[in-house]
Order: sequence, then C-alpha cells, then structure tokens
Amino acid sequence: MPEIAPAASCAIEVRGLTKAFGERYALRGIDLKVNRGGCLVVFGPNGAGKTTLVKIISTLVKPTAGHVWLDGIDIRERPAQIRRRISLVSHQTFLYDDLTVYENLRFYGRMYGVAGLEEKIREVASWVQLESRLHDRVGTLSHGLQQRASIARAVLHNPAMLFLDEPEVGLDPQATTVVSDVLGRLNTDNRTVVMTTHNLERGLELGDSFVILDRGKVVYQAARDEIDKEGFRQVYDRCTGTGR
Amino acid sequence: MHGDRQVNKVFTRIFAIFWKDVLTELRTKEFVVSVLVFALLVLVIFSFAFGARTETTELVAPGILWVALTFGGVLGFNRIFAVEKENSRLEGLMLCPVDRAVIYWGKLAGSFTFMLVVAVVLTPIFLALFNLPLFLPRLALIIVLATLGFAAVGTLFSAVAINTRARDIMLPILFLPVVVPVIVAAVKATASVLADKPWSDMLTWLQIMIAFDIIYLVVATLVFEFVVEE
Repeated sequence: MPEIAPAASCAIEVRGLTKAFGERYALRGIDLKVNRGGCLVVFGPNGAGKTTLVKIISTLVKPTAGHVWLDGIDIRERPAQIRRRISLVSHQTFLYDDLTVYENLRFYGRMYGVAGLEEKIREVASWVQLESRLHDRVGTLSHGLQQRASIARAVLHNPAMLFLDEPEVGLDPQATTVVSDVLGRLNTDNRTVVMTTHNLERGLELGDSFVILDRGKVVYQAARDEIDKEGFRQVYDRCTGTGR
Repeated sequence: MHGDRQVNKVFTRIFAIFWKDVLTELRTKEFVVSVLVFALLVLVIFSFAFGARTETTELVAPGILWVALTFGGVLGFNRIFAVEKENSRLEGLMLCPVDRAVIYWGKLAGSFTFMLVVAVVLTPIFLALFNLPLFLPRLALIIVLATLGFAAVGTLFSAVAINTRARDIMLPILFLPVVVPVIVAAVKATASVLADKPWSDMLTWLQIMIAFDIIYLVVATLVFEFVVEE
C-alpha cells in the first residue's frame, strides 16, 4: 500500500499526476510541492502540459491518475471546499463584456459570498488601479485593463492560493510591465502562487522555485538560490530541446 | 437557523446569475429580440397562409402559436450557454464554490423570464391576428407551464450543445423530441381555451404539463453537473 498522505508543510502537493485526452498524454506522472506562501513558476513550450496542470489543480479538469492536495485536502474529495481557497487568472478574463467592471466584480463577489462586498470592490479596484474605470463596460477596455480587472476578480474573495496561467499572453510590453507589477504584489499575505509562463525573465523575477515542463514531464526543478539566472536560458533550451 | 442561511446563500447565488443575465440581456437584447422577431414572422406567415376564418382558426391557431414559441425558443436557448462559452466564462462560473445545480437554476431563471417576455408580447398579437378575444386568463396559465417546461429542457440542452461542434443543429435535435409532450399538451389546452370549453376539458393537459415540468426540472438538476464537468 503506497504512502499517500500529503506533507503538512506544503500548500500544494502533486503526486504522480497524469492526464490523458484519449490516446494523447498531456501530463505523465508529475510530482510537485509548493510551500505555503511560495511562488512556483512553471516554464515550458506550447503543449508541455502547463495549462492542463493549472486546470487540474484549480479543479476544472479531473486527472486520469495521481493526487493533488491543496492545504492537505484532496481536490477530488472536496472540490467545493477547495474552490473557496483558490483563484485562477488566465489569458481569458472570465469577465462579461457587456457588464461594467463593477458589475462583474459584484457578480463574482456574490458567487463567492464575499462579506462587505462594496468596500472590497473599491479595495481591489484601487489595488489594480482601476478605480476610475470601475463603471466602464469591460468590452470597452483595452486587453491590459481587462487583465487587471481579471486580477481584481481573482483576489476579491482573498484566496489563499492563486493560479496564473500565462496571464501576460496578448499584452503589449507596456501592459505586460503593469500586469507583472500587479502580479508581483500578489505573492503577499502568505498567499501561495503557481504561475505558468513563456516569459523567462518575468518568471524568474516573480518565482522562488521553478519547474520546466516538457511533453507532460517535469524535466527540471530548482529553487531560486539553486539557479543561475544568466544561464537559465541555456538550461531551458537544453531541457526543452528548443536550442537544438 | 443554519439551514435557513444555507438556503439564503443558494438563492442569493441563483439571483446573482439571473441578474447578471438580465443586465446583459437589457444591453444586448440578443435573446428577446431575435426570438420575438422570428416568432412574429412565423405568426404573420401562418396568418396569411390560413386566413382568419372561424373554422381555420379553431383548427390551426393553437398549433401556430406553439410552433412560433417552440422554434423561436430554440433560437434563444442556443444563446443561454453560448455567452458563457465566450471568453471561457463558464470556467469562471465553474471555479465558484457553488453546487452545479445553482448554476443551472440561475441560467434557467433567465431563460424562463426571457421566454415569458416573448410570450407576453407575442400572444396579444397572435390573438389579434386570428380575431380572438384578447382577455384569456386561462391561456396565461398554459403559457407559464409550457414555457417552464421549454426553459427547463432548453437550458440543460444549451449546456450540452455548447460543447459540440455543430451546436446550432445539435440543440433542436436534442430539444424538440424531448419537449413533444409539453407541446402536445399546450396545443390541446390552448385549443380548449380558444373554443371556450370548460376548465375540466383542459385539466388533463394542465396536469400533463405540470408533471413533465417537474420531471424535467428534477432530472435536469440532477444531471447538470455531469453535463458541465469535464
């Protein structure tokens, strides 16, 4: 009988995670640990399994095999309890274009049962510097502003864990800088963050541990103090075969 | 006390989804206007085809009203979950810590309301086109019951259809065979009302509609989770 209890110190523990879509394997036995308050950045080329990993740990997709524990809770056993503690920001904002930023935040706030919602909306809007656009329809905002509204949506219920799936996709360099600045401030209050990205520089700035995924497998794993930032590009190219 | 709070939370969330859909509809008018225009065209075409003679009215008018509402409804139900598919909003909903049935009931409340608005506008026009009396309270009851049945099935199959490639074709293929009992009961009950027959004449059809509404609502609530989960 294998030992399957999660480690108590870990906010996130993934063991033997496998996901198959028919004959095609997106993940092949992933093992990961993220400490409470840590920020894990997952790098990898397209099709490496980054989005599938994030979707599984955020309860949107069920794994084919393996276990995921968030704060010691198996996500397959108590998904509703898990959803109160997590949030997801992806390149899709999940926002309704025909509603204003305020109406979107009020909707999600009600869905999460956020107490003192009006005050909380003002607080998160100020945090992502969207106070002056709060009553604008989301569809009229630039993609960068929409992404900031999406971050406000994600932190509205004060999640203990935040998953970011390539949040900078589709943003111009200026918007990427602003969004990255906001994202950099997310890893506060002991909040655990898992982020996937193609952007090595940004990822290395934000993370305190790093993983490279390739074809559904972890091919490299290191803590911040174990890596040479200057040489990381070569490590990435070597691990993913992109340098060949 | 704890139970009351739980019930309040459920209703608050159902209302949040409903109100979000109402606000969106007030701004886009995608559901009501498209269904209404389509249903009006059906009414007008049939009224020209059959004329407004008493003998034809008794024979075909009930069917025309329900053909217009049923086929118009198919157009509208396609939009109910399509809006959630755009921008991966359904994932945003699925991440919320709520039972999947809450999402179903929130969406159902919206589709039922929008269909009812269409019926409220369409029915007087239908009655006028076929020279029928405008005040028929029993017809209102039939419309509420049949619309509830349509919305219960349409909302569920809208969620099924969004995950298929040919969703515009898939919805009518799934929806129409299942709502046949409600359509038949609604047509028969409407015929009874238009012919000014007593309550007892339409009672069986009303009971059939109530029974099917309950069956559809219970089954849809139970299976919705399996439809939207990966």
